[in-house]
Parts: sequence; C-alpha cells; structure tokens
Amino acid sequence: MTARIQTSATSGEGGRFRSALLTFLLVLPTGAWYLVLLVAPLVIVTIFSFGVRARNGGYSPAFVLDNYTAILGDLQKAAPFTTSLSMAIAGTIGCLLVGLPLAYFIATRGGSRKGLFILLLVIPFWTSFLIRTYAWLIVLGPENLGGLIGDLIGDDDFRILGTPAAVLLGLVYGYLPLMVFPLYVTLERMDRSLVEASKDLGAGRLATFRQVTLPIALPGLITGSILVFIPMMGEYVIPQILGYGRIYLVGNALVTDFLEARNWPAGSAKAVVLIAVMMITVSFYTWFVNRGRKGREVSVL
Amino acid sequence: MTAPAIVRKAITRQAASRPRRPKVDRGGVAVEIWLRLQASLVYAFLYLPIVIVVIFSFNANRLATVWTGFSLDWYPEALSNSVVQNALGNSFIVAIPNAILATLFGTMAALGLQRVPRRIRIGFDVLTYISIIVPEIVIALATLVLFATSFSFLDDTFGIKLRFGYATIIAAHMLFNTSLVLLLVRARLTGMDRTLVDASADLFATPWRTFRQITFPQLLPAIMAGFLLAFTFSFDDFVITTFTSGPGSSTLPLWIFGQVKRSVSPETNAVATIMLMFTLAMLFVGQFLLLRNSRRTHGQAGGGMAGIVAEQR
Repeated sequence: MTARIQTSATSGEGGRFRSALLTFLLVLPTGAWYLVLLVAPLVIVTIFSFGVRARNGGYSPAFVLDNYTAILGDLQKAAPFTTSLSMAIAGTIGCLLVGLPLAYFIATRGGSRKGLFILLLVIPFWTSFLIRTYAWLIVLGPENLGGLIGDLIGDDDFRILGTPAAVLLGLVYGYLPLMVFPLYVTLERMDRSLVEASKDLGAGRLATFRQVTLPIALPGLITGSILVFIPMMGEYVIPQILGYGRIYLVGNALVTDFLEARNWPAGSAKAVVLIAVMMITVSFYTWFVNRGRKGREVSVL
Repeated sequence: MTAPAIVRKAITRQAASRPRRPKVDRGGVAVEIWLRLQASLVYAFLYLPIVIVVIFSFNANRLATVWTGFSLDWYPEALSNSVVQNALGNSFIVAIPNAILATLFGTMAALGLQRVPRRIRIGFDVLTYISIIVPEIVIALATLVLFATSFSFLDDTFGIKLRFGYATIIAAHMLFNTSLVLLLVRARLTGMDRTLVDASADLFATPWRTFRQITFPQLLPAIMAGFLLAFTFSFDDFVITTFTSGPGSSTLPLWIFGQVKRSVSPETNAVATIMLMFTLAMLFVGQFLLLRNSRRTHGQAGGGMAGIVAEQR
C-alpha cells in the first residue's frame, strides 16, 4: 500500500489526483452508509427527544424537556431504567462468577486444547440468539426443569418462566462468552512464574489469587464487564420470550413507546438516555484503561 | 504497580502472618477438581439448550415440551409449510445481497482507510465502534423512525412512494456487517507482510497488479470469513429485521419468534434445527479459513474468530 502511494506520487499531478480519487471512492460507500444509517438516525432521535407527540402518533416539532423529566420522575418508581440497571448489574456479576473460573481454567490448564476450548465458546455465541433463548422455554418449562424444581421444593405452582430469574438466566447464558474472551486473553498472557513465586514464598492460595492473579486479570475483567453490561442494558428479546413480556426493560419500553403508544419523542428520550449511559460507561472504561497504561509506563521508567 | 511489587506485597503480608512450612497440598487437589468440574458444567450449560432443541425436533408429540417418542414427521411438515418456505426464501433474499455488499464495502473501506489522513481515519474508527456498540434495539428503532419519516416526506413532497421491505432490511443489516468486515480485513492488513508489496513494486509491477497478486490473496481468508459472518448475522438476526421489515418480507427468525410467543412446537424446533445446522456449517468454514490464515502468519490459534466476537455487539 505504501508502495502504491509512492508510485502514484512519483507520477506527478495527474497521478496524485487519481490516487486521491481512488481513496475517496474506496471509502465512499461505507462513509455514506455510516452517515445515512448511523449518524442520521441518531441525530433524528436526538432531535425528536425534545419534541412532543403528534395528535395521531409520531412526532411534532417543539422544544421541551418533558420527555427527559418524565424519565427522571420514573426513576423513583420501579421503572424500566431501574429494572434494566439492576438486571444488567446482576447479569454482569453472574457472568463474572461463571466466567472467571472458566477463563482461568482455559488459560492455565488448557494446554494444547486452548484453541478448542475457545472455539467451543464461539460456536454457541454465533448461532441464533433467538433459538438459544427460546430453547430455555423447553428446558425451564413446567414439564421439565421448572416442574422438577417445583416438586423438589414442594410447590406445585412454582414457575421460573415469566420471572426475573428466568430473564437473568437468559442474560447470563446469552452473554457469557463476551465475559470469558477478554478474561482469557489477559490470564493467558499472565506470567505463571509470578504465581509460583508467590506460592514458593509462602503466600496462601487465596492470597495469591487476590494479590497476584486478580490485579493482573483486572483489565480483562473490566473489558468483559463492559462488553456484557452494555447489551444487557439494551436487551429486548430475552425479557420478551423468557419473561413473557412481564419483565419490562428499557428495550421493551422503547418498543412500546415507538410502536404501541406511537409516542416517538418519549421513546427517543429513552434511547438518548440509554446511549448516554452507554457512553459514560465506555468513557469511564477508556479512562480507566489509559490510567493503568500510564501507571505501567511510569513503573517501567 | 509492577508485577514484582505485587508479589512482594503478597509475600510480606503472608510471611508476617505464617511461618513457611512444607505443606500437604490438599487444597490444590480440591481447586483442580473444582476448576475442572466448573468448566465441564459451563460447557454443558452452554450446549444443553441447543441440544434440547435438536432432540425435541424429533418429538412425536404435538406439544413440544413433553417427550413422548421419536418421529421424523416434523421435518417434512415444516418444509412443506408455505409460510416457512416463504420465510426461508426471504431469509436468503436478505442475507445474500447484504453479505455481498457489506463484504465489498467493508473491504474497500479497509483498503481506503490506509490512504486517508489520520484525522479522517479516527473519525471512521469512532463511527465503526459506535455502530457495533450501540444496543441493537436502539439502532433498529432509530432506523425505523428515519425510514418512516423520510418515506412520508418523500411521499408528501415528491409523491415518491417507498415501502418497508427487503431493501430496508438489507440496508439496516449492512451497517453492522460492513463494520464487522472492515475490522476483520483491517486486522489482516496490519498483520500483513509488507516486504512482498515493496518487493513487487521494486520489480516494476503496477499498483493494480501488486494488489491483485500480492495484497488480495493475503486478504482473501479475512474477506471470506467476513462474508460468512455477515451472512450468518443477517440470517439469524431478529431485532433489526423485525423493525425494518414490511408486509411479505418477514424472515425465518421472525416466524420463529411469532411461533414461540404462542407455544413451542416440534415444527418450530425442526426449523430451528435446520437453521442451526446451516449456521454451524458456515461458521466452520469461516473458522477454518481464519485458522489457516493465522497459522500462516504465526498468529494465535483460535484468536481470529474470538477476537472479532469479543468486539461485536
């Protein structure tokens, strides 16, 4: 590629123009796509979020903050945002509890089969999310696992489906690989001799884990948490299917606002807040990672 | 904190509280057993639901959730259902052009971005990551609002009537997929051996010939993998499709969703199994290409797909 630029540069004005034209044409389609189908929709939603609902649904131009104050008012009640937030936090913790030992196992005990273990994580992740989610309808159904648990605790009316527990299970199930990948990458790079050294010098297992392994795994842990937290905040399919639509998250509230209530401004405001939450999370993450990097540079000096 | 510092801290704390002594490593065995058991359970957890769907597609019972006996009837039944046939056809009508265009545009952009000033490239990067990280439901609804608003505007002002259908689904799917291909191909470009390109230029090959004979063959596995992933995403997608489809353009995932909202039937499971098998076949081809690719460049085995997966959604 460098060579191509050099050759075109040496062939004078016309060559330079042709080279610039080629670059422009190469980038044009994707640039146009980003502009029309990413920037434009997000800009429209931001504009709409300050408007009011037209009489027969949709958007009517205005400049009011009502849609945002409505969300703030909702926060006092058990509104979609609070439900989503608690679900996403619980789901992230769940993924961490299940994913950390697994990532540790693959990274330290995987041996030559590491690639296979990771591939086995990739496969379910790329198969249809919808199918993997509805599969739990069968597994947790009253005729199968749900009924079994009901029998065990002696409650015939026991149901998992349609409860927050089922949604939480679906969230952890759906996004677990996203937690394991970055954890695995950091743990894989870890210098195992540090653990050995710590043990040789008399540190207990728990102390070694807390003071050696965990600090090293921290960047992966945070990346993983962000990767699962963000899609969990915006989840729509899992509460629809496993929660029977009774567990009402931001994603479901968005659909209600846009399609059923046809109150586009209210929905837009929720979307903007959701994106803001996401941006804040990601900025915090970037800040944290860069801070860590600076620290490392200092220590090298 | 440097790594030795961490160790030193661990040591001083421990040394103060406990004298060193040779120990019978009973805890070590327990930890080994626990790690192994946990890993097996997690893999069982990941695959159990998928296996259950496949098993219950052979269920003789009409109510899918109770196992009563083996039957192959649901496959012909599902495949002769005209609604399923239509949805399957629509899935391909959407997924194929989407994958072709996304691969083309993504590859072009990856090549072009090497030649643009740094500022433009950073702008592009930001948009690429936003397109991947913004929750799907937000993108889907925002796109729906954009289409609805601009369609009614075009109708009112110019009398041009546009409707939701294949084109809107394809356009919406392409956003995510183009970013996916862009990232894949660019990762390959950065890891590429430049000496060959330079050598080719030194030997007076034209830029086009260098591209065709040196760059493109090296990029091909990444491009193919991008194509397959784009196809799979589009084929499996529910959220974006459901909000950008019109009458007559609903795909298989939409049909499945409609079914399971009522009750799971063995017919649904049969369709789901066919979809799973198809996706798996595509993924194996993609993984094979990436592995071959990374082995040739001494990359990490298994890192290819996993790296991309880690960045998506």
